[in-house]
Amino acid sequence: MCLSIPSKVVKISDDKTMCTVDTMGVQRDANLMMMGDDDVTIGDYVLLHIGFVMNKIDDDEAMASIDTYKEILELMDEEDRKKAILEDDECEARGEQYAQEVKS
Amino acid sequence: METLELKNLYDDFRDGDTIKAYAKIIAEDAKKLKKPINIMEVCGGHTHTIMKFGLPQLLPDNVSFIHGPGCPVCIMPKERIDHAYVLAMQADVILVTLGDMIKVPGSNGSLQDARAKGADVRFVYSPMECLKIAEDNADKTVIFFAIGFETTTPMTAVLVEQVIKQKVPNILFHINHVTVPEVMVELIDSRDVHVDSYNNQIDAFLGPSHVSVISGSKIYDKFPKDYGRPVVVTGFEPVDAMQGISMIVKQFVEERCEMEVQYKRVVNHDGNLKAQDLINTYFEKMSLFRWRGLGNVPDSGLKLRAEYADYDAEVKYKDVLPIAEIEDHKLCICGDILRGMAKPQECTIFGTACKPTTPIGSCMVSSEGACAAYYKYGNLI
Repeated sequence: MCLSIPSKVVKISDDKTMCTVDTMGVQRDANLMMMGDDDVTIGDYVLLHIGFVMNKIDDDEAMASIDTYKEILELMDEEDRKKAILEDDECEARGEQYAQEVKS
Repeated sequence: METLELKNLYDDFRDGDTIKAYAKIIAEDAKKLKKPINIMEVCGGHTHTIMKFGLPQLLPDNVSFIHGPGCPVCIMPKERIDHAYVLAMQADVILVTLGDMIKVPGSNGSLQDARAKGADVRFVYSPMECLKIAEDNADKTVIFFAIGFETTTPMTAVLVEQVIKQKVPNILFHINHVTVPEVMVELIDSRDVHVDSYNNQIDAFLGPSHVSVISGSKIYDKFPKDYGRPVVVTGFEPVDAMQGISMIVKQFVEERCEMEVQYKRVVNHDGNLKAQDLINTYFEKMSLFRWRGLGNVPDSGLKLRAEYADYDAEVKYKDVLPIAEIEDHKLCICGDILRGMAKPQECTIFGTACKPTTPIGSCMVSSEGACAAYYKYGNLI
């Protein structure tokens, strides 16, 4: 029951107690009374829980995580390539060794 | 990446390749572990993610999960459910609560059963809907049966504040809010002489996501320091969970014991200070709250402050609310499951007498409980 939904703020009421958020194409109203004045502005990403904005999502931290994941995947790809080359080399070496054995 | 899109917040944290990449990293690091480790995911949201995405299958044999008590519906003792039922059956009362409570059985039945018997029970998405219900039903008393951890408590506090400010005459509260750090302490260092918590198998905690958004990661500082248990506050998406597990494994390999935050995009050390102010303004600690499956946990429950007693349904309806404690079935082993001393399938009534449709123990009550998750995703284990 503690799940919440990332959403984007598209409108803020004049008295700043409510906002309208977009959740992947669905728009709904959300309460801002748990947030400080001027904490939330239009365009912010927020977490929504039982009708309330519970906090902002930090763009920089989210992007830093996503960049980390990309680097890990690239590194894995690189390692996989190296491993494949090594296996290939080993395979060739085994082949040569086998050829030698056959000859001798 | 240039700018963050909403889509990234969903897709990039559920990406299958990234999950597999972390599985590889964890498997490599786990080879260096000196002994197997058990990680407790405290929160039911994590239990759900772990089981839904089959994460145990991606982990090496020496890294296991213990599923924690972090499902506020599951841990509610039957006598509190009975309170809800009795209140709902009172004349001219509308009982309002969140949808999670619908099917939870008390000794007389669930709130759904109460409704079938003619009680006016309403399940809402947001507590604020109470204001409209009260306005439309001025001749009735609306009782908000409040449940949840720190994640949900400030929303109830906002409603209390509005009821007072707007002088709404017909809304009362039945408060069942509970707090996370106290039950984490109970699991590893119980003050109950009848509980041998020193036999618990918990080596580290995967810290809750959204409790921490409100309270800040500061509430876990004491666990590495005073109890020798690392905590990594982790998001609810599967990539978050795998990264959090990886961070815990690395702490053991590098012989560190720290509080770290994986879920940095929303959790900071201080948390949402306005939400904490709201909680402290309207609520105070109860000396004891009885957790289903675990028993009395000191300082783990909240109640309305004495100055707001006029809004407290437990005070107003004191004479009709049952006080006897109701124990779970003798064969139920939820307490042991929550301490990591047993797995759901080791329980003799798991999947037979105790099922999601007829739950006997706390861990089967909601889909976030360990037994319910094992029952639903059992073929993945």
